[in-house]
Amino acid sequence: MYLIDDYIEADSVDEAVNLLADNPERLIIAGGTDLLIKMRDGILENVQMVGIRRIEPLRKIEKDEQNVISIGAMATFNDLVRSELVQNNIPIMAEAAMTVGGPQIREMATVGGNLCNGMPSADSAPALLVLNARLKLLSKSGVRLAPLQEFYLRPGKVDLRPGELLTEILISKEDYLNFGGCYIKFAPRKAMDLAILGVAVTCRIRVTGIFDLVRIALGVAGPTPLRCEIAENFPPGKPVNDSIIAEIGRLAVKSSRARDSQRASKEFREHLVVELTQRALKSACNRAGGISYD
Amino acid sequence: MIKKINFTVNGKKRELEINAGETLLEIIRKRLHLTGTKEGCGVGECGACTVLIDGTAINSCLYLGVWADGREIVTVEGLAKDGELSKVQKAFISEGAVQCGFCTPGFVITASALQSRGHSLTDIEVKEELAGHFCRCTGYQNIIKAVKKSLENETAGTGGDHT
Repeated sequence: MYLIDDYIEADSVDEAVNLLADNPERLIIAGGTDLLIKMRDGILENVQMVGIRRIEPLRKIEKDEQNVISIGAMATFNDLVRSELVQNNIPIMAEAAMTVGGPQIREMATVGGNLCNGMPSADSAPALLVLNARLKLLSKSGVRLAPLQEFYLRPGKVDLRPGELLTEILISKEDYLNFGGCYIKFAPRKAMDLAILGVAVTCRIRVTGIFDLVRIALGVAGPTPLRCEIAENFPPGKPVNDSIIAEIGRLAVKSSRARDSQRASKEFREHLVVELTQRALKSACNRAGGISYD
Repeated sequence: MIKKINFTVNGKKRELEINAGETLLEIIRKRLHLTGTKEGCGVGECGACTVLIDGTAINSCLYLGVWADGREIVTVEGLAKDGELSKVQKAFISEGAVQCGFCTPGFVITASALQSRGHSLTDIEVKEELAGHFCRCTGYQNIIKAVKKSLENETAGTGGDHT
């Protein structure tokens, strides 16, 4: 039994936003796979909740006429894994979603909840960071668009302002078209585990075997998921080869802010950044086409 | 806070007044006395509490009772039909896939969801699909065999031999 003082099931986005406006303390519950565990642990109690599980439009994954992909905040990880639109346009999202928990968790846990929970280990975050995802945040005073990178403030804390509801995650065509991508999760177990490190890479290659653009994001390498700008600035215009890729891996550590934790040491995490950035980049190059790495 | 829910459990319509903080697991075990569904970890890691909700395997410990309103729930007690065990249950028996038995209802429920999809899976796919379940007796080999047997084509003449 969870200590829930008040629970209202919102039937529409408007109703949810009105409920939040009336009482900004009200907690939004999506899939519940993080929130209910916090309640069980006594971190949260005697809460007032608004449920958004029955708002079907929030679960849609679609593409508009400008080829902007919109992922509804209530899309579950299994929705992402099964979506043809995701598989065909942003396969890195399906790859990241598949690493979350196990089948039952993926059926319930939502991408919006994963982001709003604000954990550095959120598997959807590095993939969405390299896709330059923007968040559509709705409140009674209107819509606010926020880049995901600015949404993360500190561990467990995101820039979700009082009265705001995350409704959609938007990805522009310039951020996925002609890119190859790869997400690697490093964890002691193959399933039902948190990442010790997560690495997402996307890249675009010129026909001549020259890097056009590389984007790298890390999970659990700092207080929030982060982008590796220093490493990203290096490859444009350089040839796609082992030594350049090795240098990109080494540069990725410069943006990492890894620390010692019970789960892994700072040194080990940094070693993983160097190694896994290279592996993810090689896969991304293969998928971007024209280059063949083993 | 009391909430009224209407839902179907193992084919039977139910109307209950529940507390907003009650989990589906608590409702199934304590109100409906269907104790086949187990509580293991209580945090969605072990899969012992898995039930079918509209045909999908879900951890009932992380599922609020209020969410079950209007849904169709199947627990391990609802799998046998007219006194005859389901194909999955028979496969678990014939493959000796049960040791202490605590995790078994969860595995059987997930296997039933897989079976209802109607196609076979490779060993790796079976392992991926079962990844949300722990068997602390570590009897995974026979569980995997049982699940594979459950997914074999009906016409292949499987199941029932040893039951």
